[in-house]
Amino acid sequence: MPRYAMVIDQRRCVGCMSCIIACGAENNVPRGYYRTRVLEIVSGEFPDLGMELRPEMCNHCDKPPCVYDCPTGASHRAGDGTVQIDRKKCIGCKSCVVACPYNARYIHPEGFADKCSFCVHRLGQGKEPACVANCIGGSRIFGDLDDPGSVVSRILGEAGGTVLLGGAGCGPRVFYIGRPGGPE
Amino acid sequence: MAVTRREFIKIAGMMAGGGLGASGFLPPVPASEVSAGTAAEKAAASVAATCEMCHWACGVIAKVVDGKVVNLEGNPDHPCSRGKLCARGIGGMGLLYDPDRVKTPLIRTGKRGDGKYRKASWDEALTYIAEKMEAIKKTYGPEAICLFAVGSCSTHLMPLLAAFGSQNFGNPSFAQCRGARDIGFRLTYGETPGSPERLDLGRSRAIVLFGSHLGENIHNSQVQDFAEGIGRKAKLIVVDPRFSTAAGKAAYWLPIRPGTDMALMLAWMNILIREGLYDRDYVERYTVGFEELASQIGQYTPEWASKETDISADAIVQTAREIGKCRPSVCIHPGRHSSWYGNDVQRSRCMAILTAMLGAWGREGGFFLAARGSLRKAQGKEEYPIPEKKPLMEISPYPLAGKAGLTTGVTTVVRDATITGKPYPIKGWIVMGTNILRAMPNEKETMDAVNNLDLLVTAEIMPLDTAMVSDVVLPSASYLEQFEDIGILRGYRLGVTMGRPAVKPLYESWDGYRIARELAKRLDLAAYFPWETLEDKIKAQCKLWKIDYEVLSRKGYIAIEGTEAPFITEQNQPVFRTPSGKIEIYSGELEKLGFDPIPKYTPVEQPEEGRFRLLYGRSPAHSFTRTTNNPMLHELFRENEVWINAKKAAELGVRNGEYVVLVNQDGVRSNRVRARVTQRIRSDCVYMVHGFCSSSADLRNAYRKGADDQGLITRYAIDPICGTTGMRVNFVQVVREI
Repeated sequence: MPRYAMVIDQRRCVGCMSCIIACGAENNVPRGYYRTRVLEIVSGEFPDLGMELRPEMCNHCDKPPCVYDCPTGASHRAGDGTVQIDRKKCIGCKSCVVACPYNARYIHPEGFADKCSFCVHRLGQGKEPACVANCIGGSRIFGDLDDPGSVVSRILGEAGGTVLLGGAGCGPRVFYIGRPGGPE
Repeated sequence: MAVTRREFIKIAGMMAGGGLGASGFLPPVPASEVSAGTAAEKAAASVAATCEMCHWACGVIAKVVDGKVVNLEGNPDHPCSRGKLCARGIGGMGLLYDPDRVKTPLIRTGKRGDGKYRKASWDEALTYIAEKMEAIKKTYGPEAICLFAVGSCSTHLMPLLAAFGSQNFGNPSFAQCRGARDIGFRLTYGETPGSPERLDLGRSRAIVLFGSHLGENIHNSQVQDFAEGIGRKAKLIVVDPRFSTAAGKAAYWLPIRPGTDMALMLAWMNILIREGLYDRDYVERYTVGFEELASQIGQYTPEWASKETDISADAIVQTAREIGKCRPSVCIHPGRHSSWYGNDVQRSRCMAILTAMLGAWGREGGFFLAARGSLRKAQGKEEYPIPEKKPLMEISPYPLAGKAGLTTGVTTVVRDATITGKPYPIKGWIVMGTNILRAMPNEKETMDAVNNLDLLVTAEIMPLDTAMVSDVVLPSASYLEQFEDIGILRGYRLGVTMGRPAVKPLYESWDGYRIARELAKRLDLAAYFPWETLEDKIKAQCKLWKIDYEVLSRKGYIAIEGTEAPFITEQNQPVFRTPSGKIEIYSGELEKLGFDPIPKYTPVEQPEEGRFRLLYGRSPAHSFTRTTNNPMLHELFRENEVWINAKKAAELGVRNGEYVVLVNQDGVRSNRVRARVTQRIRSDCVYMVHGFCSSSADLRNAYRKGADDQGLITRYAIDPICGTTGMRVNFVQVVREI
């Protein structure tokens, strides 16, 4: 079984929004909702300014609070370790939306919880998630952590990589490298 | 760096915003049709089309299910897209299925500008146009009809107009965009930087951007290369009064006083020469006029430039050393829209000369050399009548306008002639692929010209501003509904492109070739359009070039092998089509015409206290006015904001997010626009994304949203060398809306 993860090289993100719209088109995300976003965080005062561009989405945690808090079992960890939602079991109670420390979920207008699936339907066809395949900057990198030869394994082996809200202890599978002010 | 203040903005991506019921992210296809999973679950047909959301012309693969486009992806074989699309590219579905499209031919019934039209049949509309054209020809001669065209449609309409007897063309892509840059490089190297620009950004060791805000301004493959360069740790130097997204990635951000770029570049040249950091061998072998430059450059000291540019002398010296050290793998990006201050050819010349001094033309990480080989285009009847009256460009006061081929017509020359009737009357405009009212500076002058016309025809997909003042509006098909003419792409390799329609034209829209051909028939000019359809023409072209049509139409792009020769070697020497056959640091051509043969610094007017220079630029979600109504792209970026320096805003009592009005030096007031109070801009200028606040009430998303920068650009500074209109010469006050 693979163990999927995403690495985001923040140096290469140019804030072009193509991941957001590629995700929306691929997954038919309802208008006004998004499964991924890019934060633009500027610090300092003119002219001493710094900027961080940070793409965010579901972290497909190893210890996912959204799964623990789901009363019906709709939110679950799939065999490949990704966190998925069974829409038929979902009652739209929002427990998972509140439980997620990454603010990665929303309630679909049709009544079920929704979020990034790592484009699991594409993975089955041997394709990368839409946001990765379409990333203009080559900032988003996807692969299998259990394959030591995969690009994500190699990058994380070399550069380490940080996670968001590590203190929350959820074991996120989205890793960041090249953060401004971080190690080269 | 002290973190005293944080600006925190989501680039789109509200996780839980105001939902709009169950309507899909894709405007056209209800969620129920593309069920739960995705478009990809159903077997989709793949069609290779050519994207026209901007002018980069990427290859796009349209996924079609049951006659509907359900997704768009980048064509992996096409060098402009390489399997990826920008936000606008994917948003192409939003254009195709925009409910506000022009659906049938329309003939104006009310007064010009009332927006009152009646539906007409194609036959009626085209017959009306043909009769008007003949009437104008009879009274004023065929030259009284002019064409403003941009994009693929121009390849069909230009021959039509030339056949009719007029060679009066206006090209905003020249006069309001790349003209000055192209002329500056042509004078120096004998050729333009190309479009796509031949920049080897992925391998650059240093990249310099002058106002270019790559990332916010997306040209697909170029931004891919830019990110690759950054990923490989190229030193990025961003010269921009605004802390752009690119500036956020820069090793050096130089927040320059607007209008003083030449001072910085001349000082850099001085330092490179003084410190021996230029490429001596290259300069000796390939250039002329270096000695003249060296003898004049001493006056441009870093200390002098510091006063002009408001950048410290230290930073000027440091950045000069940085590019000197990284030579020849340095990319000084020539920009695209370069009509800024009216001295733009000379500014572009500075970029070209610096590039030569660094030995970067024809070198890895700099500019690569154009692919070799050429292909001859198939034509209909080839002889065009010679106009009795000289084309306007030939008698314009700008010696290098209209000389670099047919697509270099200066729009304001056509407009002036239309207003004054001199040197001869202009009575008809045909406009296609450009919203000319919003592309040119000074909208009032454009309307003065329009009011002198006997015929204004617009062929448009969307009812944009110009359509709303036209006599006849023709519904154009979008690129997803039509063949895209065969094109030659001169990248690293020579390549051939074409596009296939993904779906049949919606409503009563027609493709550009059909419009031109059907109009030609009514003007007895059918001989110029011998092919029944554009597909037939493409097939004929393929036959001529011995290219397999089936393969090309399936793949959308075919590379011509053996044409790649990007970098200088002893066997691969560059050819410079200049009078001297070398790179002309000293331009004898300019000297002959009475201009500075070596660029000299000329200061531009600065705003007085209380006013700001109006700067404008791009959003990655939009291409000028043409996308602002697109439901998918509107979702990403709904209306523009005016960026104002936080300190200045505090002085004026302007709060972040509140609506303000801009008033320019001529008293023109903008629509209300949100203030973006920010540390990210100098205090002597304001900035907004171009193309907002449509005047067309038929555009539900774009009508009067945000502010129209072009409306505030009443002043323009014409470059005397080539007639391009500098548009960064307007000063505005920011007024709180009470």
